[in-house]
Amino acid sequence: MLRIVAIGVVAGLFSALFGVGGGIVIVPLLILAASVPERVATGTSLAAIGITALAGAILYGLEGYLHPGHAALVGLPAAAGAVAGASLQQRLPVRSLTYAFSALLVAVAVWLLVG
Amino acid sequence: MSGTTIVVALSLGFLAGVAAGLFGVGGGILFVPVLLGLGLGQLEAEATSLLAILPTVVAGTWRQRRYGNVRRRTALVLGIASIAGVQAGVLVATSLPEDVLRRLFALLLVGVAAQLAWRARRSSTYASKA
Repeated sequence: MLRIVAIGVVAGLFSALFGVGGGIVIVPLLILAASVPERVATGTSLAAIGITALAGAILYGLEGYLHPGHAALVGLPAAAGAVAGASLQQRLPVRSLTYAFSALLVAVAVWLLVG
Repeated sequence: MSGTTIVVALSLGFLAGVAAGLFGVGGGILFVPVLLGLGLGQLEAEATSLLAILPTVVAGTWRQRRYGNVRRRTALVLGIASIAGVQAGVLVATSLPEDVLRRLFALLLVGVAAQLAWRARRSSTYASKA
């Protein structure tokens, strides 16, 4: 229980600091520190992120940083895209695509660093 | 917002969602750069990304629950405990200069890229599908 609380606090900090859900922190910690099986860790992490992201959006909103229109324009088609992506997983050469995707992420990082 | 911006936002949002579903990453690391590209500042992009991931998270949770992969009590404890971390995170993020925050975010992207590539290299399930 104490471990779960600690994982939650760390995930919340990470989430708000970077504007991400925090799954990359929660999932490995649940598996390694709380002995939760991988699939359950992923599912449980998603449910927790709902609360985390909502809290972050509200707190940033109170500070005046939130753009709800932009969030809807990007977030609503993304939900449809995620369903499509999950079903494509079975049919595409995910391994080679993952390398390409990693390269894309590095390219974005370079753009952010020099841009 | 111009018509072009709206079309670009919708398309990039959809593509970010496809990538999130395909590679098992959250939408956030993709939404932040997309929102920066649409002209938001680093803090605005991060704040807005948190709201933008909610539809994907709700849909994903609903699906995972059907598979029996959600431990409700654990999720609730995690989520409620995270609010304390979120408060600290907002405080830290708003007190850092935005270009420092942007560089930290870029490092996070590189870290995620490395983790994904490493996982793809090791994973036999990926290998069998490749």
